[in-house]
Amino acid sequence: MAKANFDQWADFKGHLWKEEVNVRDFIQHNYTQYDGDESFLAGPTEATDKLWGELSKLQKEERAKGGVLDMETEVVSGLTAYGPGYINEEMKDLEQVVGLQTDKPLKRAFMPYGGIKMAEQACTTYGYTPSEKLHEIFTKYHKTHNQAVFDIYTPEMKKARHNKIITGLPDTYGRGRIVGDYRRVALYGIDYLIEKKQSDFIEYERHGMKGTDFRLREEIADQIRALNGMKEMAASYGYDISKPATNAKEAVQWLYFGYLAAIKTQNGAAMSVGRISTFLDIYIQRDMEKGILTEEQAQELIDHIVMKFRMVKFARIPSYNELFSGDPVWATLEMAGIGMDGRHMVTKNDYRFLHTLENMGPSPEPNLTVLYSSHLPENFKKYAAYISVKTSSIQYENDDVMRPVWGDDYSICCCVSATETGKEIQFFGARANLAKCLLYAINGGVDEKTKQQVSPLYRPITSEYLDYDEVMEKYDQMMEWLSKLYVDTLNMIHYMHDKYYYEAAEMALIDTNVRRTFATGIAGFSHVVDSLSAIKYAKVKVIRDEDGVATDFEVEGDFPRYGNDDDRADDIAVWLLRTFMSKLKKCHTYRNSEPTTSILTITSNVVYGKATGSLPDGRKGGEPLAPGANPSYGAEMNGLLASLNSVAKLPYEQALDGISNTQTISPGALGHDDDERKNNLVHVLDGYFDQGAHHLNVNVFGTEKLIDAMEHPEKEEYANFTIRVSGYAVKFIDLTREQQLDVIARTCHDRM
Amino acid sequence: MEGYIHSTESFGSVDGPGVRFVIFVSGCPMRCQFCHNPDTWNMQAGEKKSADELLKQALRYRAYWKDGGGITVSGGEPLMQIDFLLELFKKAKEQGIHTTIDTSGAPFTREEPFFGKFNELMKYTDLLLVDIKHIDEEQHKILTGRTNKNILDMAEYLSEIGKSVWIRHVLVPERSDYDEYLEKLHEFIKTLKNVEKVEILPYHTLGEYKWKELGYDYPLAGIDPPSKERIENANRILETGNM
Repeated sequence: MAKANFDQWADFKGHLWKEEVNVRDFIQHNYTQYDGDESFLAGPTEATDKLWGELSKLQKEERAKGGVLDMETEVVSGLTAYGPGYINEEMKDLEQVVGLQTDKPLKRAFMPYGGIKMAEQACTTYGYTPSEKLHEIFTKYHKTHNQAVFDIYTPEMKKARHNKIITGLPDTYGRGRIVGDYRRVALYGIDYLIEKKQSDFIEYERHGMKGTDFRLREEIADQIRALNGMKEMAASYGYDISKPATNAKEAVQWLYFGYLAAIKTQNGAAMSVGRISTFLDIYIQRDMEKGILTEEQAQELIDHIVMKFRMVKFARIPSYNELFSGDPVWATLEMAGIGMDGRHMVTKNDYRFLHTLENMGPSPEPNLTVLYSSHLPENFKKYAAYISVKTSSIQYENDDVMRPVWGDDYSICCCVSATETGKEIQFFGARANLAKCLLYAINGGVDEKTKQQVSPLYRPITSEYLDYDEVMEKYDQMMEWLSKLYVDTLNMIHYMHDKYYYEAAEMALIDTNVRRTFATGIAGFSHVVDSLSAIKYAKVKVIRDEDGVATDFEVEGDFPRYGNDDDRADDIAVWLLRTFMSKLKKCHTYRNSEPTTSILTITSNVVYGKATGSLPDGRKGGEPLAPGANPSYGAEMNGLLASLNSVAKLPYEQALDGISNTQTISPGALGHDDDERKNNLVHVLDGYFDQGAHHLNVNVFGTEKLIDAMEHPEKEEYANFTIRVSGYAVKFIDLTREQQLDVIARTCHDRM
Repeated sequence: MEGYIHSTESFGSVDGPGVRFVIFVSGCPMRCQFCHNPDTWNMQAGEKKSADELLKQALRYRAYWKDGGGITVSGGEPLMQIDFLLELFKKAKEQGIHTTIDTSGAPFTREEPFFGKFNELMKYTDLLLVDIKHIDEEQHKILTGRTNKNILDMAEYLSEIGKSVWIRHVLVPERSDYDEYLEKLHEFIKTLKNVEKVEILPYHTLGEYKWKELGYDYPLAGIDPPSKERIENANRILETGNM
């Protein structure tokens, strides 16, 4: 394609990005580093206060109505399905950034393509009556993803799914985790992107084309259709996004329209925004140099786009809410990081995004993520730590371990998983319950809860005391079976998702020649490690029921536990991760995607725990599993840093989908005052990440506050009380009571 | 050589500058009414650990220390095991680790053999957190069961030799929280030339359950933690903060 040149690009440097779609190159040539402190920041404008006040009222109403303010039942969501909507019709001139998912704020769209049953159940759960006509269309005339998957599942898959050894699968909800490069809309304008896709369409013509070529051609055609749809959608708000954005306000708006297209057409579990902060700073900086934008106006733009990210809603069913509690959407958004050339990428805009938590209070969305390195400017590290201490709303991920794998323009596509922006997507794969798998190894594949034979007939362990070598041999076999079944199941899901619920709008903003990862996950990690350690270092007696199924265990003697920086236990942890990953690598994966895994559970650790029997580590049947890669409840005996050191030993290259760790520190244990707290937190982050750890959720509050919030959710101070849970942030009062109790039970690092 | 160790904490952030590895030794001659760690009184109840073992453990957290962090020995009363402390700190200093002792000063005396060992120990000690429980001797006896003469003497001696200290004072309603005593304490601290920081530690009741577990009566039963106003008042009188 010929080199483009637009007037809108005046003053921007570099040329590669003008010859091809290459936002990274544009950023690298144009961003302005910022090393100073937060003193330049501006407070909220009057318009921000008014709009946020309005939105807070709506959020309160939403909560009062049981979690859903309003729902669409008659119109299927799409780019232009609903007319333009505003936070408040009368205040619409105050909105610097416009665009809602439906015609009204916080109103949830009707999205049947993933599965009509779920879309309808979401309606009836909240007292809405689904449309009969749509029911007929999506049962009689149009197949959905959910139906397609269940059409082809094998009996063994259904059984594994039913017994929850493979669980949380994206077969009843959108797979998500695909991040369109929404910045492209601002930098290039839609027409240029269409042209590019058209030339791809021509380029991918082959002699003797076959099924995979047809599929790609159909996908590109859908993408072009979606791009045209985006223009139409923007036009309904009075904007022409066919050409690049002229200034910062347009850049923010154009980019948001790209994202809006995604959330109007998909209800994936994670709908990340991506790495937009540095990119937008370039436009803000240019306008400021021209003297046409003030700091107040710049902050207002960021506050307003963040307000929009705080409004993203999907209609969900109760079983989904049990898995992912508190209505999360993972509008994940990144800041900071270091470039491949060694320059840090902190801009003033990174401060502005963090500052939204001060201007509009704490909030779980967008899922603000600091791409951390101890080499980031001290001022920025301290400001981020300060915001953590104040709001418990942000997470940290180690740029030093991700950069070598994903470069310096990756986005976090879900809670913690990186993908290179605009170049790569992920097939999301939920989790295999490795704790249950250990019980299957002991019980010969009979489920300890349902008593069904789930795996093929394996010989169970019959001895009174467990022998480490015997358990390890059988566990290895059981993991082999599980990994194969797990990957086969996911392959079917993603084949059908592509076929019936293709993400055309997001894929339109991603390179046609896209790389794919296949993101599996592990649940019950710490319990397996501690159980194996108990079997190895103590004596574990098996209690069996009348059917000979192990239902409980008695541990005699002490044993090292994961979470104490004790290599005896931590080596088992590393072994477990490596072993499971090596088994996954043996499987064929859909579209030749690269298999990865995560140790990340979201809040699903509670549901998974319910379905898992007693374990040799002393965890009783039905109790929640520890979340993510966290050590088990009560296992940490040597304080926060010992626990962090254990998690830091897990090699990131074996879990490229992420290793999630959530820690809660009481303010008193972090320092006497906010100054000490932020400095100490920076030390903790530096020390943890310098050892190669991947991720940390930081909460700063005491258990008393959680208990009070659980008992008195009506108190004003708790309306926006946000906490980090495994992989995302959530308003504490939006969690189920069960999950609240689970959060409270977890170790809070406190010391007298 | 081995010391009697009650426990260790990998993340101490209020026991000296920066992030610290804290070693709680067991054994204490004082019986402070407000003690929140009565489980550390009995030395024999501790686990025996060598200086090398502890140091090896501590060094695993060096990545978190950066500028300013290090190890703190608290307790219990560290100076009760001065020979062990000396070995530990000597070895720590070989590794360039910042060393801090959190002490009540109760074992201090200018008599030998203690005094010679103490002087030797000071060569390897960067900072002392000196807890002055009460400035008035009679009240001190009521509160802790012992005189405060040698404790104040230690503070003065550390001033003479120019060793850095942070003075800490637990504020207990109905015991130490009287303006008269706080002012007297302030006068005393003003005579010292080596004080880098003065800290008020408001009394809390979180240790009460331990007294019950150990079968002791809790002498401060019914006394609530000091109010915010009283804490502010103490901070004002003692001119707390960095000097």
